[in-house]
Amino acid sequence: MKHLHFWQAGLLVSIFVIWHVLTKPGLIPPFMFENDQQAAFFFGEPLKIFGRIWSWFAVNADIYQHLWVTLVETVLAFGIGTVLGLACGLWLALSPMAAAITDPYIKALNSMPRVILAPIFAVWFGLGIASKVALGVTLVFFIVFFNVYQGVKEVSPVVLANARMLGATQRQLLRHVYLPSATSWVFSSLHTSVGLAFVGAVVGEYLGSSRGVGYLILQAEGAFDINTVMAGILVLTLFALLLDAAVGWIERRLMKWQPKTGDTEKL
Amino acid sequence: MLAEPSIALSLRGVSCTFANKDDPSQRYTAVRDVDLRVGAGEFVSVVGPTGCGKSTLLNVAAGLLAPSSGSIQVFGAPLQGINRRAGYMFQAESLMPWRTARQNVMAGLEFRAVGDAAAQADEWLKRVGLGGFGNRYPHQLSGGMRKRVSLAQTLVLDPDIILMDEPFSALDIQTRQLMENEVLALWAEKKKAVLFITHDLDEAIAMSDRVVCLSAGPGSHPIGEFTIDIARPRDVAEVRATKRFVELHTAIWSVLREEVLKGYQQQLAA
Repeated sequence: MKHLHFWQAGLLVSIFVIWHVLTKPGLIPPFMFENDQQAAFFFGEPLKIFGRIWSWFAVNADIYQHLWVTLVETVLAFGIGTVLGLACGLWLALSPMAAAITDPYIKALNSMPRVILAPIFAVWFGLGIASKVALGVTLVFFIVFFNVYQGVKEVSPVVLANARMLGATQRQLLRHVYLPSATSWVFSSLHTSVGLAFVGAVVGEYLGSSRGVGYLILQAEGAFDINTVMAGILVLTLFALLLDAAVGWIERRLMKWQPKTGDTEKL
Repeated sequence: MLAEPSIALSLRGVSCTFANKDDPSQRYTAVRDVDLRVGAGEFVSVVGPTGCGKSTLLNVAAGLLAPSSGSIQVFGAPLQGINRRAGYMFQAESLMPWRTARQNVMAGLEFRAVGDAAAQADEWLKRVGLGGFGNRYPHQLSGGMRKRVSLAQTLVLDPDIILMDEPFSALDIQTRQLMENEVLALWAEKKKAVLFITHDLDEAIAMSDRVVCLSAGPGSHPIGEFTIDIARPRDVAEVRATKRFVELHTAIWSVLREEVLKGYQQQLAA
């Protein structure tokens, strides 16, 4: 596809144009609402939203502390959740007894709607960063855990037997066979879990905080300032995309060994 | 006479019975009462019909599988756990896909904390004709090249016993003969004990000092043993045309044919 980026950008621009035409008071006669102010009230106006974002980043430059807090929460939740998930996944996959005992509890914890833990974490850890990180960790942990568990279970028995014949000790098997074999599964889960770490941070902020993008959105909502709410959502989306790209970049560097199907080049 | 016993590997009365995990009453005896000896520096092939437990025997010799009964001795000492003096070349893909060819060859040395692992690995890669491919990952190599890397990976550790489980069965006939000649050349240099599993009688005769025939499963056991008295060095392609080769082939095949048919019938019935 030669003009892929052109069409992708075109789609984005046309969505904003349609949004603008439908919400700008006085531009077209109202057909859904009683007067021409209501569409703008419910859906916001793209130009005002961009103005809001511009003033956040450039004019007032007051969003950086909020973004920073949200980002720190996300990265901490992502990091801690991934390491815990990796460690528990490896441990349970390699000791069948422990896995059999904990199996029903892990299933129960996983099926529990964990967002509901947010108020409890707020009580335990206060309204600062810690309660948001805790919520994000509970979301990230299980995704990474199940993928690592599966990854270790699916290690090729021949590769494993070969490494043992080559003289690998139990620790070396873990380091040189189980871990690398599980990483491909971990990376497929990291794209999902980085998004959920973000969800954990923002939902945590939304439920009670004094800083962060979730807090900004909550404040704006309280004042019925739909433009600011929309601006916050756009900023969050952009940063989620950036985080995902960062994970993708690390994945490409670490997973060089994975075969990629190559297309033949048309001459 | 020798400082160490001249029998490298000895299996005595080895039986392997597998129980079905879901239904313990379902049992399958793969091999029964197998006696097998491989002298130091001897090249022994085991041939038999498909599914007769050849690989089971090799796993027992490697220490990857504990036999239900019987004993294994390695240079006179009873085998416990993994056979440290043996190298194993597997039938299936056994390279670590996340390591380059060089890192794969290095693996065993690395596990043993040998200092100049990289240099030794490079030397062995050159020896198996892959000098310029050290930085390739297994998926970037052809099937034959991967087998060469496996061979280097096994031999770089200089094992006293080499176990090979149909290592070339997945290769095309030309590559296969090349590899067979290479293995023979490497073996002639070092004279290690080799236990070679194959379903290909031609390959077995062309390469070995001795060929052992197994009966069809279940409960396979050796039913014939032939000393291959063809002069070395041999070329696996040329040796097939010699008179002695044809005689031996006829003699071994007459023992084996019935078992092959029996094995085939069992597979059809199952």
